[in-house]
Amino acid sequence: MNQFEYTRANTAQAAVNALSKETGAVFLAGGTNLVDLMKRGVSQPTRLVDINGLPMDKIEQTATGLRIGALAKNADVSEHELVKKHFPLLSMAFKAGASPQLRNMATVGGNMMQRTRCPYFYDTAMRCNKRQPGSGCDAIGGYNRMHAIFGASEQCIAVHPSDMCVALTALDATITISGPKGERKMAFGDFHRLPGATPDKDNNLQKAELITGITIPFNKLSANSHYLKVRDRASYAFALVSVAAALDIRNGVIQEARLAMGGVAHKPWRLTEAEKALKGKAADLQNFKEAARIAMLGAKGYGYNDFKLKLAPNAIVEGLKMAGGV
Amino acid sequence: MSDHTIHEVPGSSRRSFLKQSSALAAISLTPASVINAARNGMDEKIAGVFEKMQLNVSVNGKKQQVYIEPRVTLLDLLREQLHLTGTKKGCDHGQCGACTVHVNGRRVNSCLTLALTTEGKEVTTIEGLANGDELHPMQEAFIEFDGFQCGYCTPGQIMSAVCCVREGHAETPDQVREFMSGNICRCGAYSNIVDAVMSAKQGGKKI
Repeated sequence: MNQFEYTRANTAQAAVNALSKETGAVFLAGGTNLVDLMKRGVSQPTRLVDINGLPMDKIEQTATGLRIGALAKNADVSEHELVKKHFPLLSMAFKAGASPQLRNMATVGGNMMQRTRCPYFYDTAMRCNKRQPGSGCDAIGGYNRMHAIFGASEQCIAVHPSDMCVALTALDATITISGPKGERKMAFGDFHRLPGATPDKDNNLQKAELITGITIPFNKLSANSHYLKVRDRASYAFALVSVAAALDIRNGVIQEARLAMGGVAHKPWRLTEAEKALKGKAADLQNFKEAARIAMLGAKGYGYNDFKLKLAPNAIVEGLKMAGGV
Repeated sequence: MSDHTIHEVPGSSRRSFLKQSSALAAISLTPASVINAARNGMDEKIAGVFEKMQLNVSVNGKKQQVYIEPRVTLLDLLREQLHLTGTKKGCDHGQCGACTVHVNGRRVNSCLTLALTTEGKEVTTIEGLANGDELHPMQEAFIEFDGFQCGYCTPGQIMSAVCCVREGHAETPDQVREFMSGNICRCGAYSNIVDAVMSAKQGGKKI
């Protein structure tokens, strides 16, 4: 690990200021991804600004939903009564991610900021446009079993690894951000980005901006929601494909559907067209299959991950079945 | 936290110092240890001396004050400086759980925990689990059910298992398997580990 300097921040403003004046400085929250990347030489910050002392770990009910501080630990959110009651989808997604030890360390904000687990990104001997812009992509034409089937570019076919983010995308969460120019809000779906020609940029956060929390609006989906994660072992593995499915069903008819996938794109992949197709339809297998067909339009395999073209629609149908109790 | 303000650490001028001048030119301003390091031509050690920061942490009930570089992980602090070698280094990347310890009562991977982030906190390692010569009930259970073969993952398994029970995640064998999934055992002692955890949970002793 490279040498770096270490500072503790006591206010969000001080943390933002510390990053504003030093290009190589980064925030340190749970550190579960950052410290790993530093050990591998993928990330070499000049300074860590430790934000763990900031009072940003509360989980509170507001008039319109829940507000979760950016420093709330994954384990605490997943076990919180208000989260389990109103957003069981989110609780399930958290529990599907990482290990109990890592969930005790990892924060909500850090989860959003985690980098891809593409092995070519982690291996500094390999070419990677995300790690070193312009160097090339060894995942294209390489061993790309874990890689994207939606929204990839000629520069990058990596996927975002988070489970939490897939659920929050489906739940229409909003992110609150503090930065050099003050506070701002961003729709969760607008946070992560597709790789395009600049895969080194994972998200739309600006320089020195700090995620302070997320808000999730109440909905009528809690009775019929499910997070399905398909992976190589029963627990503690990244998703090959995951599905966040939530339905508002009344008298057997779907009033509203939310669908998002993980493990298939550079960002949590919201299935908007499939959602539209389900609205007003009966919650049955035939309609779920049609939604999955629509969801897969435009999907493209890269060789080793071609199996996802079949696994993904099957997972969508299964996720919807489990959410809908069908 | 002992310090609640953004502050420039003692070593913060190290880089500019090294850039702007040779180490020897600044010797009149530096402590004796640095001068000695410089005389030996050990630039990295100079940097090390400059960047060391004070850490106050309680380990197994004993208050420790150490001076460490920011890049020192809790795992390396425990093993290399405090000589508590019960905590094991397996993958060193948060994938195997051999390094599991408790920080303020919660199980974490010490290999991914920068030691400085434990300022003012209470760390418990496998060495702190027994009460004198009396083993912790989870240690007893692992012996009784043969929850190991080579033993390398065992300290991490036991530290993780204690929290698994305390968290209320040891109600069924399946739940134990799920909530012990962060601890890998290459010998494959899993079924005995699950038996040990369930037995400790149901044994009636305080875990």
